[in-house]
Amino acid sequence: MTDLSFRAAEQQAPVVDEQRADDRASGRGAGSRRRFRIGAGEALAGAYLIAAVVAAVAPGLLSPVDPLAISPSQAFSPPSLADPAVTLLGTDESGRSILSRIIHGAGPSLLIGASATAIGLLLGAALGLFAGLSGRVVDFAVNRLLEVLFALPGLLLALFLIVIVGPGVVTTTLAVGLSTAPGYARIIRGQVLAIRRSGYIEAATVLGVSPVRRLIRHMLPNTAGPLLALGTLGLGQAIVWASALSYLGLGAVPPSPEWGAMLAAGRIYLTTAWWMSVMPGLAIVLTAMSATALGRGVQRRVRAL
Amino acid sequence: MSGLISVRDLRVSFGDREVVRGVDIAVAPGETLALVGESGSGKSVTARALLGLTGPGAAVTASQLDIDGRDLRAASEREWRGVRGSRVGLVSQDALVSLDPLRPIGREIADTLRIHTRLSPSARTERVLEVLREVGMPDPEVRIAQRAGELSGGQRQRALIASALALRPPLLVADEPTTALDVTVQARILDLLGSVTANGTGLVLISHDLAVVARVADRIAVMSDGRIVETGTVDEVLGAARAQQTRRLIAAIPSGRPRGSRLRPVDAAGVIETRPRPTAERTVREETDPTSPILDVRGVSKAYPRRGTEPLVAVDDVSLSIRPGETLGLVGESGSGKSTLARIALALTAPDRGEVVVDGESWSTLRESKRRARRHLMGAIYQDALSSFDPRLTTGQILADALLVAGVRDGGGRRARELLDSVGLPSAVLARRPARLSGGQRQRVSIARALATSPRLLLCDEPVSALDVGVQATVLDLLDDLQREHGLALLFISHDLGVVRHMSDRIAVMHAGRLVETGDAEAVFAAPQHPYTQLLLEATPTLPQSGR
Repeated sequence: MTDLSFRAAEQQAPVVDEQRADDRASGRGAGSRRRFRIGAGEALAGAYLIAAVVAAVAPGLLSPVDPLAISPSQAFSPPSLADPAVTLLGTDESGRSILSRIIHGAGPSLLIGASATAIGLLLGAALGLFAGLSGRVVDFAVNRLLEVLFALPGLLLALFLIVIVGPGVVTTTLAVGLSTAPGYARIIRGQVLAIRRSGYIEAATVLGVSPVRRLIRHMLPNTAGPLLALGTLGLGQAIVWASALSYLGLGAVPPSPEWGAMLAAGRIYLTTAWWMSVMPGLAIVLTAMSATALGRGVQRRVRAL
Repeated sequence: MSGLISVRDLRVSFGDREVVRGVDIAVAPGETLALVGESGSGKSVTARALLGLTGPGAAVTASQLDIDGRDLRAASEREWRGVRGSRVGLVSQDALVSLDPLRPIGREIADTLRIHTRLSPSARTERVLEVLREVGMPDPEVRIAQRAGELSGGQRQRALIASALALRPPLLVADEPTTALDVTVQARILDLLGSVTANGTGLVLISHDLAVVARVADRIAVMSDGRIVETGTVDEVLGAARAQQTRRLIAAIPSGRPRGSRLRPVDAAGVIETRPRPTAERTVREETDPTSPILDVRGVSKAYPRRGTEPLVAVDDVSLSIRPGETLGLVGESGSGKSTLARIALALTAPDRGEVVVDGESWSTLRESKRRARRHLMGAIYQDALSSFDPRLTTGQILADALLVAGVRDGGGRRARELLDSVGLPSAVLARRPARLSGGQRQRVSIARALATSPRLLLCDEPVSALDVGVQATVLDLLDDLQREHGLALLFISHDLGVVRHMSDRIAVMHAGRLVETGDAEAVFAAPQHPYTQLLLEATPTLPQSGR
């Protein structure tokens, strides 16, 4: 019965209208290949983040001098090329190299940011999936809880936790993770609900696919894509928040080189030695920007898939 | 040549692909020219070239491109803006997309007047009311302040035609103006378009459906592969088609074609075999008792609560049954409850009252966990095949998943290839995602998936209404073949009476949630009993008998 003529009927024509409709539907075609190419901004952001990760993993490779080495004669040197290993980005009140301290600070800062994001995403995903997959009552309850959490500013929530548990790097990470979780939960719940109502879940039900398999085969993978994109976007935010807590003296404690703590240490010398705060500040801003730029790129590509 | 449009050797290309290759068009005042062809034939691009709307990527050339006496070959975007609306009006297919959902339609229609004329606001309102009356909009004073979402499909299409006519352009271009509409509404819109030309307006009507244009066109131009392959009066083209493409288009129209006759040529020479194959040739499965119904719907009702008013009764005490291997055609217009009935039959929605029985055993009353083991009995295909596929999965993965449900571990993909083969697709499709396939191919993949569990009944919910006639014909032929081969029973749901008549042994007509008529297909068509069935039958476009 395989009859060649009707196959030919559909294949012969340069199916212009239909093909174009297909391209729109799938977001592909000539235009999408362009979208998958890496732009200059993304390349820069990527290069910066790679450098930051290298600094985090093996700071000795990049940093010219010991970040804790004191050199009172060089205290408060402005950024200059005089002794680039030490003074390229200036020195602090004890003559320590800001450049070295930023490089050595990448580790704790990125670790706090990444762990906080992971905690937030995991908690948010669990809560969002739970709400989206359960019945109406559970969904209602979770939603009200999320609304209450939304009403409290995230930083306040974090401070609250620190007050109870006491300051420190671990607490900061936990606090930031917890306070970002409601946002993730809400987005994931929406995604889960949309997929639950989708045509392909219905088709799977009609076919006789079991609920567990529908969850594993369709719901989870289709939620995971946006989740990944959200995570990269959230990384920048988490780093900024962790730095903010350190700045308030609730995270990493000096003299350990953490960007937020360095920012705080420079605050009293702001009028005389601006580089002490501005340089670590720049590191934070650039990291957050790069992570966000890459996050957007990931999100766009995930959507086009 | 003196006419509204005279176009010679029109060529449009996108990059190095030429999609319109030398088209000549001439339309005189008061004349209706129908541009007919399958999707991809270049008819829509041709029509858009008449409005300068081919888009930035297109290169348009012509040795003559005169519209209403103006040479527009080298017209700038600015000049085209002066032409659109005032000299050429456009009516597009989907009125819901073309009208701004947040603005009242009166404002929408007045826009063209505001841009092209110096009329005062009150004079504009006057003109809008006048043109709404011209297009037969009921209660124009009320409608003028309503938004697109508050109007019915037919009223929206009328509003769109009104906005195209607001400036009394001498020429109207209508691109598939009735494709999204119910047949009874379609008939009225076609009548309206016919009356518009009575006062001298020229009309270019684009459609993939010859039966639709036969009703209003004076002349027909058949397009294929970017060229006009045949042109002539309606009688000439339909009565004595010369081009093979025209004959294929005529043959693809299912309405009035006997059950079992093919809509597409069987041999490579393109000879159209129209002899119906006897129904008795169909396979009957041995294990089945042909007298006991495979699907039995018993007095089913479903109502949806509405805020403020009484509940909407979507399905009202409907009973029907399908025997193994037969096709029951379920016809009704949008809102008649046929989709709700389909969901009840598939046990996606529980009925308020009544019961559905499948193969002699309970179905709608079972718990889902119990029913799952029997779900293999019933397959389904949908109007929007694409959304029924997980966007991440390839065709091969989709079929492997379906086979897994049937308990087949299809390691090498042998069964998947067999399934694709049975729906006439090459195995190269396995590695592609449905989003990369054409509409017809997608529907074939969804049929292949439904066949994976070897169902006894296939529920088809508007399976071809998103496809154009040519592709529709191949999918209908495929369903007929599969029914013969596998002894499938079909519940074939459609708003298109022509399609249902071609496919069905028996017919059930739904109207406002109730089953108003059931019976043998030929008997219902020969002597419809219920007034609603008569109305539907009258509205269905058919080719004049000379075209046969």
